[in-house]
Amino acid sequence: MVAFIVGVGFLPFVKMELVANGIIIGGIIALGAIGATLIFGILGFANLAHGDYMTSGAYLGLFLMGSVLPRIGLEGEGLGPFTFGYPVLIALPLTVVAVAVGAIWIDASIYRRLRNRRAGLIIMTMTSLGMAIALRGLVRMIWGGDTAQYPRESRQFYNLPLEISMPPDAVFISAVSVILVAAVYIILNYTRMGKAMRATSDNPDLALVSGIDTAGVIRWTWAIGAGLAATAGVLLAVFQAQLLPVMGWDFMLLVFASLTLGGIGNPHGALMGALLIGVTSEIATEWMNPSYKPVVAFAIMILALLVRPRGIIVGKLR
Amino acid sequence: MTPPEPPDAGAVEPEAAGSAAPASQGGEPRGNSQPLLQCSEVVAGYGATNILHGVSLAVNRGEVVTIIGPNGSGKSTLMKAIAGLVRVRSGRVSFRDADVSHFPPQRIVREGLCYVPQVANVFPTLSIRENLEMGGFIRRGGSEERIQEMFRMFPDLGRRPNQQAGSLSGGQRQMLAIGRALMVEPTLLILDEPTAGLAPAIMHSTFEMLQDINRGGVSLLLVEQNTREALMMSDRGYVLAVGENRLEDKGSALLDHPELEMLYLGA
Repeated sequence: MVAFIVGVGFLPFVKMELVANGIIIGGIIALGAIGATLIFGILGFANLAHGDYMTSGAYLGLFLMGSVLPRIGLEGEGLGPFTFGYPVLIALPLTVVAVAVGAIWIDASIYRRLRNRRAGLIIMTMTSLGMAIALRGLVRMIWGGDTAQYPRESRQFYNLPLEISMPPDAVFISAVSVILVAAVYIILNYTRMGKAMRATSDNPDLALVSGIDTAGVIRWTWAIGAGLAATAGVLLAVFQAQLLPVMGWDFMLLVFASLTLGGIGNPHGALMGALLIGVTSEIATEWMNPSYKPVVAFAIMILALLVRPRGIIVGKLR
Repeated sequence: MTPPEPPDAGAVEPEAAGSAAPASQGGEPRGNSQPLLQCSEVVAGYGATNILHGVSLAVNRGEVVTIIGPNGSGKSTLMKAIAGLVRVRSGRVSFRDADVSHFPPQRIVREGLCYVPQVANVFPTLSIRENLEMGGFIRRGGSEERIQEMFRMFPDLGRRPNQQAGSLSGGQRQMLAIGRALMVEPTLLILDEPTAGLAPAIMHSTFEMLQDINRGGVSLLLVEQNTREALMMSDRGYVLAVGENRLEDKGSALLDHPELEMLYLGA
């Protein structure tokens, strides 16, 4: 509450455009952070490849929009007020499904074997680091290390009150973020599988002896987590108007700062942490080089954890 | 130190308990002569250490059986081994004539054997209703009717279905833990210290509730530290020590067994 009051007190001194930008970036961070926190809550390890699932999503989107869809006559840019064309609306769900299926396959081939051998937190996390490097190497091998871009058409920014200048794509990005965050909330609280995910996060052994299909829970967790990461990757590529093989890895620092700040394993906390990190790291660019954003994010995280060691929201999947 | 006196005629020494048909020992079994649950020479443990060194027991249909023993005797490990949470390294656990020794826990639940752990026996961030829903995860065709039955059985839970389980009192939490396990209408309920940490009045009502559940046709296997009350309501009891069977007898007879006090006091 004190932080909130101090934050609001600072608002007259910051550019509202940076706050607005921070909220949009915060929405994208939230998609990554909610997914990573679900995976942590249920599988018990920090998936360091999460950022590279985002990158994979972004590049799969590029592959679909740049190579596959045009061959069947689906191409274009400048849909309505947006820079991108309708192929994004086709590529996005296909990318989500592909990355989700890929994540489930990776789990079945690697992580499940490690779980069966009762591998600990460190082994699992380090394996995910290896997976991150492998995925990034694969992206670099296929698409090269240069900057790439989705097919796009330049658009005028919206000039909003409070001297906020926003690209029209921000509307799309915000809408997708809000819809998906709401969808995760509904899944976790109102569906049988979502409740089973929360139960497994609470107490895996009790979930087993309650007859909960924990293998199914794990598959759904990867599907949702990786699907959200893929969406975040595509949205980030749209928002930043460029793709790089390290985009997800760099962004993951913000994602992990957010979910740690929010209370690990807690999607509500991840959302709050993401918005806080998004806004503050964006505001900081007023005074410092944007490449220092992760430094700001981690400084905020460390300061907040010194006050509330378990994160700003305590509890598990809700 | 007084040497142990010879056991009562009714008591069975560990060697015999492992091989003899337990139903024929101690009290008269109720119902079918074929044991509902039979553990034979079960060895189980964690890492490189075996906790159970060949434990055998049986529960017949309709029976209440209590396992007692000092701390570290392997009671909870035995419960977990039966429920499929701890791997049975050798020996056999059979339930309703099927060898369930290596079944995963979910399959054991489907067979009708439900386990209530001693601690962490509810999902703390889930509501009471959600806990019961999760208990009925394997039910086909929805759980609502059974949840309503549980609310009638435990009115205190029915009055606050949306309260988070983590905020319940010890007694309410135990009711919810038992309610969660009853959601699948089990044949056998195994409970690890269901009265641990409860106030005396709540403890008595928990034992009464367990007797009601048993009268409803559910066999019970308990691990208990409140030895007297548990054995009084039990058809038979087993005493474990250091991962091995030490005694078996009718519940009430076991209470008076001279070796029991010695085991507990470490004489």
